[in-house]
Amino acid sequence: MMIDANARYLKSHEWARKENGNVFAVGITAYAAEQLGDIVYMELPQIGREVKEGEAFGIVESVKSASDMYAPISGTVTEINKTVPDNPDILKTDAYQKGWLIKLEAANPAEFDGLMDEKAYRTYLETEA
Amino acid sequence: MKLSFEKSVKGRRGLRVAAGDVPTSINLNPALLRDKPAELPEMSELDVVRHFTELSRRNFGVDTNFYPLGSCTMKYNPKVCERIAAYPTFTHLHPILPQLCGGEKLTQGALQILWEMDCLLSEICGMKAFTMQPMAGAHGELTGITMMAAYHRDRGNKKSIVLIPDSAHGTNPASAAIAGYSVKSVPSDENGWMSVGALKEMLTDEVAGLMLTNPNTLGLFDPNIGEICRLIHSVDGLAYYDGANLNAIVGKVRPGDMGFDIVHINLHKTFATPHGGGGPGAGPVGVVSKLTDFLPISTVIKRQDGTFALDYDKPKSIGYIAPFYGNFGIILRAYVYILMSGRDGLERVAENAVLNANYMKEKLRPYYDMEHPQLCKHEFVLSATRQAAHGVHAIDIAKGLIDAGYHPPTMYFPMIVKEALMIEPTENESKETMDAFIDAMIELAKRAQTDPQSIKAAPTKTPVGRLDETRAAREMKIASLDS
Repeated sequence: MMIDANARYLKSHEWARKENGNVFAVGITAYAAEQLGDIVYMELPQIGREVKEGEAFGIVESVKSASDMYAPISGTVTEINKTVPDNPDILKTDAYQKGWLIKLEAANPAEFDGLMDEKAYRTYLETEA
Repeated sequence: MKLSFEKSVKGRRGLRVAAGDVPTSINLNPALLRDKPAELPEMSELDVVRHFTELSRRNFGVDTNFYPLGSCTMKYNPKVCERIAAYPTFTHLHPILPQLCGGEKLTQGALQILWEMDCLLSEICGMKAFTMQPMAGAHGELTGITMMAAYHRDRGNKKSIVLIPDSAHGTNPASAAIAGYSVKSVPSDENGWMSVGALKEMLTDEVAGLMLTNPNTLGLFDPNIGEICRLIHSVDGLAYYDGANLNAIVGKVRPGDMGFDIVHINLHKTFATPHGGGGPGAGPVGVVSKLTDFLPISTVIKRQDGTFALDYDKPKSIGYIAPFYGNFGIILRAYVYILMSGRDGLERVAENAVLNANYMKEKLRPYYDMEHPQLCKHEFVLSATRQAAHGVHAIDIAKGLIDAGYHPPTMYFPMIVKEALMIEPTENESKETMDAFIDAMIELAKRAQTDPQSIKAAPTKTPVGRLDETRAAREMKIASLDS
């Protein structure tokens, strides 16, 4: 299973990665994309919205289910990647690069350090998920 | 099969109306007139009859076949309930009648049924009083949560959170959110029950209440329910019982005795009323004594002289939540069902529903994975993970069942089980019917190993083959949006 070594992870299968300064890219993991099956709809937040760590920032709907996507860290949405909702299959092939969903200006960058790293997420996938 | 539009022949008519002597031209605003006549199919009466009869023969329903959706969709509706509900004495009643001057006298029977139904459901659930008004289960949930909010407002409580286990029906968080609460999800423990440890950690003065289904969506009865309700009450929260799975325990144990304060019942799930295709449904809501002031208006009361009347004098009521008194025809069917079954009969409903589910579970256990193989209540959840290793997923098993003549079970729910297939036979199915379904499930499990491609290709015996659900959802064609 593809996991990005530079990103950090939530148990609910979202990732965050430091881009530059206090800006972090956020998306859902390749594992999440595979489990969801064919995605039919995604709802992303407005630019400027403030989200708290653990708060839902968007919705992903597949033929199987509809799920909230949770923010790994608190911050303000500075950018959204509209190409993914238009073509969700990107998540199947490139969940971590082309498949980023939002960029957050972190309110408290230290939250990032509290997330699971690559190794912890891999262990989590092997044992729990 | 051709669409009626494809069968249309220009000029063909089902009905010819004699020319009238009334002028046909009226002065309508030209802006309101169509540019061209509506394109409707033109067919003879016989062609129309055959077209719709042919379509109706393709219907799949509980009157034609077994489906493992169980009470979740609708139990079998005994025909006697239908016959009584169709009596003209009921169907000719106008709902405004009891509100008209003197109209009360003409509707004593109907009012008595509503009053007695309140008593029956209160006894069955261990509540003080019920409202019959909510039009469906989800409407009942919103009604119940609105009463929860009214209770806290009345006491000056500042509450903002409703706790809901992660195995819950999706309507629970939706209802709490619409009522203005923020929802926090309580994880399940390794037994499939709600984690009491996690609940304790999440319990604060901000908690307005908890919404819980018991038995839960895994078909498991939560034995900690007494402690859970006590914990919720310790912060002056209210415990809300989602009655979706009442069928498993009706007559055996009462939500009120478990410690719940508010209960909604989906009448179609437990008391065998019609449902599906958008209703009509009924989701009566019951409450304990401390909440009766907040019930919606109107309620039916019994006077000293034994007559029945509508009561609107409830200053703390949450107000009107539906026109008139709910779906009376549905309440009537459930009333007949309860009286017909009697106390002993309702207990046997629960016993046989649980027995049937456990029989199927044990028969299927060697062939499918189960995260919670312990004794279940009225339903159980299989996991098609073993089959998925061969590329046959829960959805493929479901499609394979269609070719075997069965409607698929609930899939991919509850979401905490991978490749979930939720199966509920209900108390009505015979051993022979269940055995035939079990055989079909075993055959699919075996074929998943030997010939997975044939299941991936299913269904092949239906008027249309496997539908491209992804494309259907991504490229929706909605006529009203196209034009």
